[in-house]
Amino acid sequence: QASFDIKKCDVHKLEEGPPLQAVLTREEGLQYYRTMQTMRRMELKSDQLYKQKIIRGFCHLYDGQEACAVGIEAGINLTDHLITAYRAHGYTLTRGGTVREIMAELTGRRGGIAKGKGGSMHMYTKHFYGGNGIVGAQGQIFETYNMASLWKLPCIFICENNKYGMGTSVERAAASTDYFKRGDFIPGLRVDGMDVLCVREATKFAAEHCRSGKGPILMELQTYRYHGHSMSDPGISYRTREEIQEVRSKSDPISMLKDRMLSNNMASVEELKEIDVEVRKEIEDAAQFATTDPEPPLDDLCNHIFYNDPPMEVRGTNPWTKLKSVS
Amino acid sequence: MYMYYGITMVFFTVFWVCHIYIYINNMTLFIFYHVSYQNVTPFLCIIIALHSVEYHVLPCDICIINCILLLQVTVRDALNQAMDEELERDERVFLLGEEVAQYDGAYKVSRGLWKKYGDKRIIDTPITEMGFAGIAVGAAMAGLRPICEFMTFNFSMQAIDQVINSAAKTYYMSAGRQSVPIVFRGPNGASAGVAAQHSQCFAAWYGHCPGLKVVSPWSAEDARGLLKSAIRDDNPVVFLENELMYGVPFEMSEESQSKDFLIPIGKAKIERQGNHITVVSHSRMVSLCLDAAAVLAKEGIECEVINMRTIRPLDAEAIETSVMKTNHLITVEGGWPQFGVGGEILARIMEGPAFNYLDAPAVRVTGVDIPMPYAKILEDNSVPQIKDIIFSVKKTLNA
Repeated sequence: QASFDIKKCDVHKLEEGPPLQAVLTREEGLQYYRTMQTMRRMELKSDQLYKQKIIRGFCHLYDGQEACAVGIEAGINLTDHLITAYRAHGYTLTRGGTVREIMAELTGRRGGIAKGKGGSMHMYTKHFYGGNGIVGAQGQIFETYNMASLWKLPCIFICENNKYGMGTSVERAAASTDYFKRGDFIPGLRVDGMDVLCVREATKFAAEHCRSGKGPILMELQTYRYHGHSMSDPGISYRTREEIQEVRSKSDPISMLKDRMLSNNMASVEELKEIDVEVRKEIEDAAQFATTDPEPPLDDLCNHIFYNDPPMEVRGTNPWTKLKSVS
Repeated sequence: MYMYYGITMVFFTVFWVCHIYIYINNMTLFIFYHVSYQNVTPFLCIIIALHSVEYHVLPCDICIINCILLLQVTVRDALNQAMDEELERDERVFLLGEEVAQYDGAYKVSRGLWKKYGDKRIIDTPITEMGFAGIAVGAAMAGLRPICEFMTFNFSMQAIDQVINSAAKTYYMSAGRQSVPIVFRGPNGASAGVAAQHSQCFAAWYGHCPGLKVVSPWSAEDARGLLKSAIRDDNPVVFLENELMYGVPFEMSEESQSKDFLIPIGKAKIERQGNHITVVSHSRMVSLCLDAAAVLAKEGIECEVINMRTIRPLDAEAIETSVMKTNHLITVEGGWPQFGVGGEILARIMEGPAFNYLDAPAVRVTGVDIPMPYAKILEDNSVPQIKDIIFSVKKTLNA
């Protein structure tokens, strides 16, 4: 294992922030590397499948932001509860979903994590509440800040600040881009979201804050998405290719971890290459499954409307068609 | 004269290029038909390649070329044109919404407008529907004429209080003192593979409310004429577009190109005459009804297809007149069945003079009563298909 210096987090309404050093064991390092690489390759594969029209509808990819999901999960437990917006594939993976299930959901097959009924934006696992398509970005969050603070709810509010709201830069959309301060009476941290260790330490700090009964806390993760907002957005009409290239070469989360591990003899180049090969194979297998698994059966069309209810009839497209629905 | 033509279409990211090869005698005619999203007038480049030393341009060749030159406008371009003209005509008109300015519109409907009119007339908002819808309503109350775009009407649910309580009801609550000349527009209903939270049809919800006008165009002509009327209307208008229709081209008549071309709100249009059954629909479903009618015509069943154009106020008279002629009625919509547009139409028929003319119960063809699933096979079976319309027509006629 080795100890690494990590960037200091800017704090708001806090006496002190997370530690400036993080200890990384070889095991942890390999695990983070593997997960982030899996996430990266999974998203890139999804890009391919989308272009081949095997994935349809909306597809919001997470590549570039891997350190956020992996770092957060490293700082909490699987029994904690997490919810997110539509850029959800990374979290679905860290929250216990398998690559097979995720990709089969993207391709709309019965082996998908939501049996093909949810799609890219609506993936769920235990203690992971999705995957949500519509985000009321401002009013509701301030209402929530108020109640969480009032009732001292153990809640970490996380903003993945990837600099753009769809095609609009944060400067054009926000009167204050210091998102970590916008909880006002809620303490906040600004975290380097491209460094998995920084995210982990900040999350541990935030989780400790909540678990010790101090109430809610805010984390702004400064990160970046390589792809456009979604697959229908080329992502270059509102930012330059140079900008994307620069982030990729200077701050890529996977490269950062790799360099750290190699320069501290925590792993060899061959070892990491081997993980890459295994990950590639896993993604290939998953993609294979996702393209060959059959679509959901038609008699599943009307199921899952109500929970714990007796079977009922559902009207089809015309009055002579009555379909079956079970819980 | 031997003539065969093959049509190949190559899609680039933004442009349509249509190659029409017409091999006439020994002359090969290449016609490049180039339509961009922004540029409505087709850019024609006729290059005549000679296969033989001499060529003859026959009169009929010219006729063929003329036929191919018909003006085709996509719904997207029609909407763009309509907004452009209304922005030019009245400086109080402005457009606000997410990505409408610098991004050229999430679905490119407002392409080029920001470049032409600038920050004061085309405004990018943060992702905060309740907030900007409220600002838009306030602007309308203060004397401006806003067009408030919702990226889809699903997002309007975040702002629905502003649409109903701040916009729709205000003229009434103020006993005529305060009007709200606002247009809320955006794509409505199912798209392709966008799943449950992005596929809902809001025609019934908005159509339920007094004080609102609710419009649902189908063709490019509808889009153009109705949007202009909506913008010039002094009342809140909910303008329900359809994402799948944006790229569909329609022929536009000479008359519809005029800057003052308006289609009155509240009047339906008979798209196809028929004697056997009345088929009432709105938005994209009109296309399916016409397709079904074409199939049924081969079996001798003539459908009268009515394009509602407006949900509220509903043109019950047009439907009644048709039913009194055909004695049969079905309605077709993409939305859910319960408490829907079809339900309202059937109720009106029951309560009105046309009831006694019905030879069979009127029925509704609707979306399936479930949240929209993602998988293609499930999604396809969640909305009416042409076969469902044909089936319902036949069942109604045999009842």
